[in-house]
Amino acid sequence: MKLRDFPEEELFLQGSAACQGCPGSIALRVAFKALGRNTVMAVVASCTSVFQSPYPLSALDLPVINMAFASGGAVASGISAAADRLVKRGAWEEKPTILVWAGDGGTYDIGIQALSGAAERGADFIYVCYNNEAYSNTGTQRSGATPFAAWTTNTVKGKEEHRKDVAQIMVAHGIPYVATASLAYPTDMYRKFAKAKEIKGTRYIEIQSPCPPGWKFPSSRTIKISRLAVQTGMWLLYEHEWGRTVYTAGTQRIIQGQSKLLPVEEYLEAQGRFAHLFRPQRDEERIAEIQGRVNQLFETLQFTSKMKEHLMDVELSPPH
Amino acid sequence: MRLVETGNHIVAHAARLARVEVVSAYPITPQTQVIEEISRFIAEEGMDCEYIPVESEHSAMAAMIGSASMGVRSFSATSSHGLAYMHELLHWAAGIRLPMVMVNVNRAMGPGWNIWCDYQDSQASRDTGWIQLYCSSHQEILDTTIQAFRISEDLKVMLPVMVCYDAILLSHSYMQVEVPDQETVDRFLPPFRCLWKLDLDCPFTHGSVIYPEDYEEVRYSIFRALENARRVIKAAAEEYRDIVGGYHGGLVETYMMEDAEFALVAMGGLASEARVAVDAMRSSGHACGLVRVRSYRPFPVEEMRELLSGLCGVLVLDRGVSFGMEGALCSETKAAVYGNGTAPIYGVVTGLGGRDVTYEMIAESALAAIEGRLKQESHWPGVRMNEHHWISRRGLEKFWKKERLR
Repeated sequence: MKLRDFPEEELFLQGSAACQGCPGSIALRVAFKALGRNTVMAVVASCTSVFQSPYPLSALDLPVINMAFASGGAVASGISAAADRLVKRGAWEEKPTILVWAGDGGTYDIGIQALSGAAERGADFIYVCYNNEAYSNTGTQRSGATPFAAWTTNTVKGKEEHRKDVAQIMVAHGIPYVATASLAYPTDMYRKFAKAKEIKGTRYIEIQSPCPPGWKFPSSRTIKISRLAVQTGMWLLYEHEWGRTVYTAGTQRIIQGQSKLLPVEEYLEAQGRFAHLFRPQRDEERIAEIQGRVNQLFETLQFTSKMKEHLMDVELSPPH
Repeated sequence: MRLVETGNHIVAHAARLARVEVVSAYPITPQTQVIEEISRFIAEEGMDCEYIPVESEHSAMAAMIGSASMGVRSFSATSSHGLAYMHELLHWAAGIRLPMVMVNVNRAMGPGWNIWCDYQDSQASRDTGWIQLYCSSHQEILDTTIQAFRISEDLKVMLPVMVCYDAILLSHSYMQVEVPDQETVDRFLPPFRCLWKLDLDCPFTHGSVIYPEDYEEVRYSIFRALENARRVIKAAAEEYRDIVGGYHGGLVETYMMEDAEFALVAMGGLASEARVAVDAMRSSGHACGLVRVRSYRPFPVEEMRELLSGLCGVLVLDRGVSFGMEGALCSETKAAVYGNGTAPIYGVVTGLGGRDVTYEMIAESALAAIEGRLKQESHWPGVRMNEHHWISRRGLEKFWKKERLR
């Protein structure tokens, strides 16, 4: 599918209160186009709670319930159970797509219990984490998704720990679909949403969402930063189904050697949140640590990819 | 159908008869039998309902908000720490004006771990906008839970209702209960109604950011709805009596108040003990009566004023305490009667964490109040130092000495 083939109908309306260059609003637009009107949405506390516009306005042209921070997986479980009832007694013809929209704070930190519980129960909804790698809504504090060495208002010398990987935690739940996406690869993102829509059970899609004020870069560069994240290996694009991970778009091209893995510096230097790694003098140690991790990861990915070429590719069938 | 059942199992019958379609709950002693029985009804007796076995009480309430917002009758059960854990979402459920019913088995809050009865848990969630009804018998638990759906889904109310009853004393004891048939309950309880839902044809955004210019109106609407609930609770009780049978009072239930000069005020199972105390007082020549508060929110202000303002004295029994003040029921009784009559109002805090309360003790405190021997501050008649309190104290003295605290 090409960009020009996206449906013209806009369910994310004009006049939202999002910042210029807001990644959340771009992600919503693509997601809504792929999911369509037959969607019920729950938004947990995040920038989206605010930029959807205050009462009595709304930029979301869908039935939406805003919910407390820690409740994404649970509220969707309730909506899904009720939708099953409505279909069963004939009030609704078909079950709508149920979409949870949460930030990384609402997913990695305060909301992980409700999400994990719902995934274990196999609750039927798409959970989206738009990951801007910090608590941007409250003024950029560290979250479990904030990367190593990134400045936030409560890690002023750079975060000392590496981020955790919730997409992999969701893979470990054995749910039918897990995918990561990037704003710089909208057709890849669209395809993943369209695919998720057709699957039953808990589906998890995580979108890296570079935040201009939080990451300190000009608002015109959201897509550029998103692309650099993939090109430098700081963000991986993949989808995981039936026990198998398939790398997609920019990440796949790097693994297969069709494009070069760019040095992480190009990504880091473009953002004010990593400025302390370059000024007043270069922090070789921390830059090397970040580069080292990426190198190690891609060596493994490329090795696995080559191994696969030598083996017979077994076609995996969906579970019964 | 006449059954001899535990209070908890009776709640499951009430949920079945109310035709709830989604139950989301997390197990906590002493509530567990409620959800065990409901899941057995679903598995073995054809109860047509989705049961969501959530991973926490916070999620139990969140899932209920999700299902109720889809326009489906929803039910849950919890207790004590579970209620405290979902506290944030109690505000959310009432604030977003969703009808739903939850039972809370009144259990003490830790530490230390205590699975026995007091009302501290639900009294601490008094100001969330939920209607709170307290029961004093198994029959009342059944009847009130069914009535609660009617009250919650009344177009003038549209608020969640919490039905409260004593841990162990009511939850685990067996009593005889008259269980109505489905047809009769259907005549009393119409299908689920709500003022809004997540509707694909009328997409609406609910619960988004609201500025100070509009927020106060939202809160006022909840305040008004609780005022309306006074009339609705009374009407539901009366209509239930006419259609189904069984009546336990409106906002209050009175006992021997017609000629009373002195009154006891209590809630829940504690009121049953107070009723025996009234008989004892009467037999020793004191014109004593009982006002049992059924509806704690909305509080029966008019009723309390009318019943208590002409008396010589009032003793309020609290099974919970507002630290730094007194028992909350006592404060509220005083507030309701304020400016009407001169009856001195005394407060007793007793029965915390399942401590046994005897009618003799209640009568003794009442007598002390009548004879002017009680002070105005809360009276804790049950407090005593036991041998093992002294043993723990001796153990701690070594630590105090080390830390130079003595």
